[in-house]
Amino acid sequence: MKVSVNVNGRQVDRDIEDRTLLVHFLREDLNLTGTHVGCDTSGCGACTVLLNGNAVKSCTLLAAQVDGEKITTIEGLSNGELHPLQEGFKEEHGLQCGFCTPGMIMTSADLLSRNKQPNEQEIREALEGNFCRCTGYHNIVRAVKYAAEKMT
Amino acid sequence: MIPSNLTYKRASSIDDALALLKEYGDDARLLAGGHSLIPALKLRLNEYDYLIDISKIPELKSISEEQGHIVIGAGVTHGEIVNSSLLKDKLSFFPEAADLIGDVQVRNMGTIGGSVVHADPAADWPALLLAAEAVITIKGESGSRDVSAEDFFLGLFQTAVEDGEMLTSIKIPISANTKSKYQKFMQPASRFAIVGCAALLTIENGTCSKARIAYAGVSAKPFRDKKVEAALEGKAFNADQIASAASLAAEGVSIMSDHFASEAYRLQMTKVFTKRTLEAIL
Ligand SMILES: Cc1cc2nc3c(=O)[nH]c(=O)nc-3n(C[C@H](O)[C@H](O)[C@H](O)COP(=O)(O)OP(=O)(O)OC[C@H]3O[C@@H](n4cnc5c(N)ncnc54)[C@H](O)[C@@H]3O)c2cc1C
Ligand code: FES
Ligand code: FES
Repeated sequence: MKVSVNVNGRQVDRDIEDRTLLVHFLREDLNLTGTHVGCDTSGCGACTVLLNGNAVKSCTLLAAQVDGEKITTIEGLSNGELHPLQEGFKEEHGLQCGFCTPGMIMTSADLLSRNKQPNEQEIREALEGNFCRCTGYHNIVRAVKYAAEKMT
Repeated sequence: MIPSNLTYKRASSIDDALALLKEYGDDARLLAGGHSLIPALKLRLNEYDYLIDISKIPELKSISEEQGHIVIGAGVTHGEIVNSSLLKDKLSFFPEAADLIGDVQVRNMGTIGGSVVHADPAADWPALLLAAEAVITIKGESGSRDVSAEDFFLGLFQTAVEDGEMLTSIKIPISANTKSKYQKFMQPASRFAIVGCAALLTIENGTCSKARIAYAGVSAKPFRDKKVEAALEGKAFNADQIASAASLAAEGVSIMSDHFASEAYRLQMTKVFTKRTLEAIL
């Protein structure tokens, strides 16, 4: 089937198999490999992207479902300079291996778009669907706080 | 993991979806948020030749108040329920419960209609629909019919929705002097209910005149516990009454047992969460 999706501000038209998952469409058809596949079973959030501004797990959507919609991936979060969230993860050591980081950042972007000054509890709750096997989460929370402060 | 080969169709209206269902019959399945269906397709637990996407149908997307009822369209997402000011005001345990479903990503996609039709024994909505005495509207080729929540849930993954039909909306009566709460003991990774307790009480001058208490996660089929309800009705609503009503919870019910919780532990947690839910209303 033909799909037409706005990905990171760019209109892309592709002919794909109807069963193509959004995460494979992004990684394999568009070469946007910043979005990761972790669990592949809807649990870990490594594959999180924004669909019309809302965080979703791209391993649990068909690309067909987003035909005509707007997708933002980690590559499209900012143009050129680091986004305050990316800067926060760097400054606050919010990552070790970095595998979970794109998903963490996209979910945090969804949070900050609804709640400009989240407290620690709110950050932890917003990131419930994102697993990190390395950091123990403390520095991730600090990174999101850093970004929230920077963005106000 | 990828689903087996399929053809994706997008329905533009309820009638369009029903026509597609009729055309493709058993080879087709409705796709709402996809957050139960797509994981199952990826694991090849299910295979369908056609998926009919109903998530873009405007008629299924509204939350409104009509003549003493709240009407929630089947396609409303859990996240939209969390943020609905109408529901926060009139039916506060709906947004509270919605906020406990999965995580923000799941709530942004999953719909109340999809959850209710899927009827996972660990899903939250069935308990709320029972406690709120909801009426579920189902539409098929020959028109619409209303089914009470009590008659809707038939068992494990089984509901009153028949082949060729779809759930269109959920209607909940609103009455004065009610208080509601939902609390759950959740599986820590998925957040599905091991025990979920939904309570809707009418309290007048300190007396509980009507109680509706229902459970998710406890049994293969969501259920109202009429013994707990009877122990509260017509009596002063206080801590002693709550403790004695909660001690009756889920007695005589066939209780699930799995790697998260044994039967005995689930029964005990059902009593504990009944007490906590009622105390939160007190
Ligand atoms: C990681 C994760 C965690 C979760 N945690 C929870 C939780 O804590 N609590 C909870 O309750 N749920 C939880 N869920 C399930 C989630 O709420 C699903 O969204 C929901 O069960 C299904 O809704 P859906 O819109 O995604 O339906 P879909 O997956 O699209 O459809 C499910 C089934 O219902 C049918 N269907 C859908 N809509 C209709 C309709 N209008 N009429 C007739 N048939 C229809 C479909 O054909 C399909 O068979 C979780 C899911 C995931 C992936
Ligand atoms: S890869 Fe999508 S949730 Fe884990
Ligand atoms: S930094 Fe390694 S998984 Fe999070």
